[in-house]
Amino acid sequence: MTSALVRTGVIRPDPHDASPLRIDEVLVRKMLVLFIGDETVKAGLKRAVVGVSGGVDSAVTVALACEALGPQNVLGLFTPYRTSSEESRRHALELARKLGFALEEVPITAQVDAYFARRQDVHRVRLGNKMARERKSIEYDRSWPDGIVLGTSNKTELLLGYGTQFGDMACGINPVGDLYKTQLREVATHLGIPEEIVRKPPTAELWEGQTDEGELGFTYAAADLVLYHMVDRRLRPAELVEHGFDEKLVVRIRELVRRNHYKRVMPLIAKLSLRTVGHDFLYPRDWEAD
Amino acid sequence: MSAVRVAIAQCAPALGAVKRNVEMHRTWITRARDAGATLVVFPELSLTGYYVKDLAADLACSPDDPVLAPLAEASRDLDVSAGFIERSPDAKLRIAQGYWSRGKLVHVHRKVYLPTYGIFDDGRYFGPGDRFDTFPSAGGTAGVAICEDLWHVSTPYLYAIAGAAVVFCPSASPGRGVAEGGDLGTAESCRLMDRFYAQYLTVYVVYANRVGHEDGIAFWGGSEIVAPDGTVVARAPEFDEHLLIGEIDLELVARERARNPLLRDERDDLVLRNVAARLGLPLEHRD
Repeated sequence: MTSALVRTGVIRPDPHDASPLRIDEVLVRKMLVLFIGDETVKAGLKRAVVGVSGGVDSAVTVALACEALGPQNVLGLFTPYRTSSEESRRHALELARKLGFALEEVPITAQVDAYFARRQDVHRVRLGNKMARERKSIEYDRSWPDGIVLGTSNKTELLLGYGTQFGDMACGINPVGDLYKTQLREVATHLGIPEEIVRKPPTAELWEGQTDEGELGFTYAAADLVLYHMVDRRLRPAELVEHGFDEKLVVRIRELVRRNHYKRVMPLIAKLSLRTVGHDFLYPRDWEAD
Repeated sequence: MSAVRVAIAQCAPALGAVKRNVEMHRTWITRARDAGATLVVFPELSLTGYYVKDLAADLACSPDDPVLAPLAEASRDLDVSAGFIERSPDAKLRIAQGYWSRGKLVHVHRKVYLPTYGIFDDGRYFGPGDRFDTFPSAGGTAGVAICEDLWHVSTPYLYAIAGAAVVFCPSASPGRGVAEGGDLGTAESCRLMDRFYAQYLTVYVVYANRVGHEDGIAFWGGSEIVAPDGTVVARAPEFDEHLLIGEIDLELVARERARNPLLRDERDDLVLRNVAARLGLPLEHRD
């Protein structure tokens, strides 16, 4: 039991103090296990499908799913492209062994390469997006008829828009979307995810040598702290700079949040009639039958 | 015997499924009766679910609607406090908490403070109530504060100075705030309120919160009964369904008020004069 004294004092925006990001992992685990169990049932489903990449986000997601639904009701899909590493396969297999869920390997090299075979000068981002959507289409296929696709995008990725729309960002429910990467690692350790998986540099493996932090140009640790104070505690960018946060970093993050907001919302529907889906036809998704 | 056995049905209503929820209520009422309770309190909107959005109009009914008849019927054995959407004769929709006793609906409180910020959108779908009336309940003179009503200090205050011995707080409180080193953020706030109001207004606070999920939001439970001396009489677990049983002892209210006569010494006339002056209202002066 942590002492209430930990919470004494003002939470200050300080680029060198990551303590505000600390969470109660026991409570979070309980809430997320209940969330998966309850929302799967409310969707009229009983199994979960998780794309298991060997990374920490999907490791946490699949571990929570096993706890919520039982490993016998969880299907993990490892969907390597030819650039995917052997280490990723090893980590995915290790998780399946440890947690007891069924893991299927469905390579996506053939279909992705066939699609791009006669196209010239394909930018690697297009290749990456195609791979992400290919994987998701397989997860959705394998979810039929009674499975729900679990999302693995964490809060940092969602806020930065660091993901492929209708690709890795697509899902039925997302248990980890309100956890910053730093917090998600804390939960991973609490869940007993092997340290090697928790600590390895995050990568989407969309091309060889890619790492999230290399591509973004900043670390998750730095981004999480800026996002926490900006989003959770509603500080303005100028206030963060006043408190010693790097101006370039703050401006860049603020711009990524703004520019990618479209990825976080449903597509816009042109309003014409008296009542329109998404605008003023507002029903809860968990609307139950009498 | 001044002690009354009170039950809180910490349940998970189905969103938008009134008939199923009526059946669910009957089950919990039976359980409460079997546990020897003379009163059972259900959470806010226990008959409809909370985040009803546009369903509000479909689910609303008048207090004498036949759909609520099973509650009246069940109240022949023990008193029942349950939440529904009331459609007024002039077609206004309100979040309501009914109190049924001896086969009849004897009191309805309409939620006054409709949270419309953050994760709440009550004010979009409902109109506010405009009264804080006390009424005789199985647990003594009572007032009802539906969820956000209790967050406004004036609500339990008005009930206490009007003579309430107990404040019922049916809630649909979403759990949030998972920082290290404390309780669930919402739980901390609610427990602080319950205990503060109980101890400083010398009333019982009966906090009935729901559990379950609606559209990704978890209701955290943690229902409790807090006595006028600040003692937590009973507390339900967080997040799980639970029938909580505890006693309200009116003798304890009397003893506590004798020891700690804050209410006796309360100057509600000063409060009234102060507020009236601020609002520029004429106040008849009597010597």
